Amino acid sequence: MSVGPLRIVDRRSDPPGRGAVNRERFIRRFKDDIKRAADDEFGKRSIKDVGRGGRISIPGRGLAEPRLVHDDESGSREFVLPGNREYLPGDSIQRPRGGESEGADGDDPGSGEGTDSFAFVLSREEFLSLFFDDLELPNLERTRFGEMSMERMRRGGYAREGLPSNLLPSMTVRMGIARRIALRGAMAEHIESLEREADKTTGAQRRALVEEIERLKQRRGSLPFLEEVDRRYRSRVPTAAPATRAVMLCLMDVSGSMDERKKDLAKRFFALLYMFLERKYGHVDVVFVRHTETAEEVDEERFFNDPQTGGTLVCPALELAYKIIQTRFAGPDWNVYIAQASDGDCTGEDGRRSAGFLKSELLPLVRYFAYIDIPSSSGWFNRASDLWQSYDAIEGSVFARRAVHDRSDIWPVFRELFARKQNA
Amino acid sequence: MMGTMDDTPDPASEAEEKPRAWPKLLHKATVPMPRLDGTRRPEPIATGSEWTLSMLEKFDKAIAAHADRMDLDTYPIQYEIITASQMLDLCSTVGMPVHYAHWSFGKQLLSQEHGYRKGMTGLAYEIVINTNPSIAYLMETNTLALQVLVMAHAGYGHNAFFKSNYLFRQFTQADAILDYLQFARSFVQECEEHYGWREVESVLDSCHALAPYGVDRYRRPARLSVKREKARLNERLKFAEKHYNPDFAHLDINKERPKADAEVPPEFDQQENLLYYIEKSAPRLQPWQRELVRIVRKVSQYFYPQRLTKVANEGAATFWHYTLLNELYDAGEVDDGFMLEWLGNHGDVVAQPAFDSRRYHGMNPYALGFSIFRDIRRICEEPTDEDRQWFPTLAGSKWQDGIKFAMTNFKDDSLIEQYLSPKVMRDMRLFMMHDGEDDRDHYHVEAIHNEAGYMKVRHALAAQYRSEAYIPTLVVARANDEAERALLLQHRVENGRMLDTQSAETVLGYVKQLWKFDVVLEEVDSDGQRLKIHRT
Repeated sequence: MSVGPLRIVDRRSDPPGRGAVNRERFIRRFKDDIKRAADDEFGKRSIKDVGRGGRISIPGRGLAEPRLVHDDESGSREFVLPGNREYLPGDSIQRPRGGESEGADGDDPGSGEGTDSFAFVLSREEFLSLFFDDLELPNLERTRFGEMSMERMRRGGYAREGLPSNLLPSMTVRMGIARRIALRGAMAEHIESLEREADKTTGAQRRALVEEIERLKQRRGSLPFLEEVDRRYRSRVPTAAPATRAVMLCLMDVSGSMDERKKDLAKRFFALLYMFLERKYGHVDVVFVRHTETAEEVDEERFFNDPQTGGTLVCPALELAYKIIQTRFAGPDWNVYIAQASDGDCTGEDGRRSAGFLKSELLPLVRYFAYIDIPSSSGWFNRASDLWQSYDAIEGSVFARRAVHDRSDIWPVFRELFARKQNA
Repeated sequence: MMGTMDDTPDPASEAEEKPRAWPKLLHKATVPMPRLDGTRRPEPIATGSEWTLSMLEKFDKAIAAHADRMDLDTYPIQYEIITASQMLDLCSTVGMPVHYAHWSFGKQLLSQEHGYRKGMTGLAYEIVINTNPSIAYLMETNTLALQVLVMAHAGYGHNAFFKSNYLFRQFTQADAILDYLQFARSFVQECEEHYGWREVESVLDSCHALAPYGVDRYRRPARLSVKREKARLNERLKFAEKHYNPDFAHLDINKERPKADAEVPPEFDQQENLLYYIEKSAPRLQPWQRELVRIVRKVSQYFYPQRLTKVANEGAATFWHYTLLNELYDAGEVDDGFMLEWLGNHGDVVAQPAFDSRRYHGMNPYALGFSIFRDIRRICEEPTDEDRQWFPTLAGSKWQDGIKFAMTNFKDDSLIEQYLSPKVMRDMRLFMMHDGEDDRDHYHVEAIHNEAGYMKVRHALAAQYRSEAYIPTLVVARANDEAERALLLQHRVENGRMLDTQSAETVLGYVKQLWKFDVVLEEVDSDGQRLKIHRT
């Protein structure tokens, strides 16, 4: 028996995720399969769950790690099984069919995988990075350093600790004054109460009290001008500073002709867009505009959740977008993107005006304009919507449009609109 | 042929009348009465399910004292407390805390994690590494009783087995493996950076498929030493890179060409270690690829003894935790609740479902091993006439010696051949079947647990644990003909058991990726007659 000093090491606080390397390798290897499964999965999800991680199941054929094995249909073999209840030598037992007999070899659990599908759970991060892997904002001008974001140090209040060069003398002195005032006040109260007590007593006790009062007064007079605790330093916190600035304007039609189904489709599209921007570019500004006959800018919450109905005029929405861009996002620093969703149900006059305005005023300002057309499911006949027809006049790489008929169209359409261009 | 059935009524007739519940094959967990002869502590060391580090330390001391009394020889132990997710990580890399990166480990991890989350599978609650000092992992979510169980099982049982068993002594260097894996990991990483992950992965994939054929089965491998390994590698890589010229790589310009009228080349030395052969002789492998082959080969070699001693190793460890924890109880160091709890776990671990049960997944090595080792102790302590006849030297001897001998000198097949007693066969109701060419629709029962069958059953079960039974043999029979450079592999067919065609072709494909020239696999019978040929 070798008796050494017993060692119990607590490894619980070790950095986790040693397995992450291998996990990532697995996902990398089967990316195509996993992506296909994730895309399928995406179609089935509700709007809220889209960004969550989840169970994925991919076909197991490529996954097997092959080993050389015997063919059980050939030759003869003997094997031993436990739990005999009724058999005597000479009996025969029906041979199990299929993969049942593999246990008889006794030694290789876990070889049961093969052509079955392989299920596992992806985290939210992994899920989203798979989704948006090869998508990007088109025509994005990378102004400085080719990065969307940069870390910059920003003033962030005061700190009690820091480098000597960051010391704030005025603040430090001010803290010292405050400390002295506070201490003197507290001492004065104490002295007063002692004096009152001294008045009531006599003799040795009184002498002791008077001595104590003297001592305190002396101390009060010699409070240190500055102490360690008074020091204040400038504090600097790192913040993300955009090197390239981008803004996305989301235009949604919420008029009466947009029924629940269409609104749902539009919202799904925007939700996806929002998630994509948030994940891929961190701090793209997003502006939400919804319109009936009139257009208004709303916040995210109301954009996605507040019901509203009315007539349809597209042009005011475009004009509002124009105004917003002019006032807030003008200049060469800004990459402006617009995504518009509508059922395209508008008057001919409005359509013409919109197309004209878009072509002459709006398009020169933006990097990319994506129009999502959500036609009625039960139209009189299968024709393109009014707005779609009006937009026929517009051409160019800055403008793109797609029709969405069904929930399952959203993801493909989204991918088409934002697919990474080969030459980019 | 009809034999006599011992101590059971004729089950055939009874089963027809009514299906009766089959009794558990091993004893149900019950708290035994403590032996009262020894001195008992008035109070248990600790109660309840919560544990602290100091409690574990006290228990370890108590276990060590009992183990010492029973002459259990172990490496020093280091316990490491880890979380469930760390345990998952560990399980995915075959229990090693360091390993090179490969997608198959990721696959393992994902499927285990999925199963664990769904509650379909529990976590392995013990992992122990054959190193010096031996490392045993304790999962933080275990209760006190489970921790102590794992300490006794892994920290003492497996540990003692690793230290004493001849295979581990002969084949693995407990103190070098972690360093070597560290080296392997960084080497693989460097290769990925240098040559791209796809290249590295394809070599590793091929090697993994051939890993069972990367071991020296009889020769003791050279000692692992990271320092020497690195020096050797550096030298090799430097030399090879300096002299490598892709245009001439396939020409042996330095070698004298054999004359046309040269004799037939001398008999080719058959080589069992396929990966070794590839590492040394594959014509077109780059130096770094050879090194990857070597790494997989070394790792496979390290795990080779574990593959051969599942029953013996788990059996010994289970026997020792059972014995040691009962000692703790007898000494009054643990209370009844503690006993009930770990016995419950113990019962699950050593349960052997019957072959027709839905829970049956092959022979449970814990159950078989535990039964054998416990029976060895029984034979020593309370031998019956039957035991005296079957185990004349073992019966009545000192049980510690008997156990130690069994732990030291056997692997699975020899352990069964030597120690599977009639009583264990009766308890587990083992029976032997024959699956032959004459009747593919039925298995035929050849022998059962009776006087006439014991020997046959024992022999068949032992054969079942020979590695040839589940890993088809393969040898390199011929290679490097000047003309075609084809590699000829041979599978020697035993009992007419041929190779599964599909698996043979897939695996050949992997061999070809490493060999880069044609690879042929022929199946020959014992007379050297060719039965079948597989090509890529």
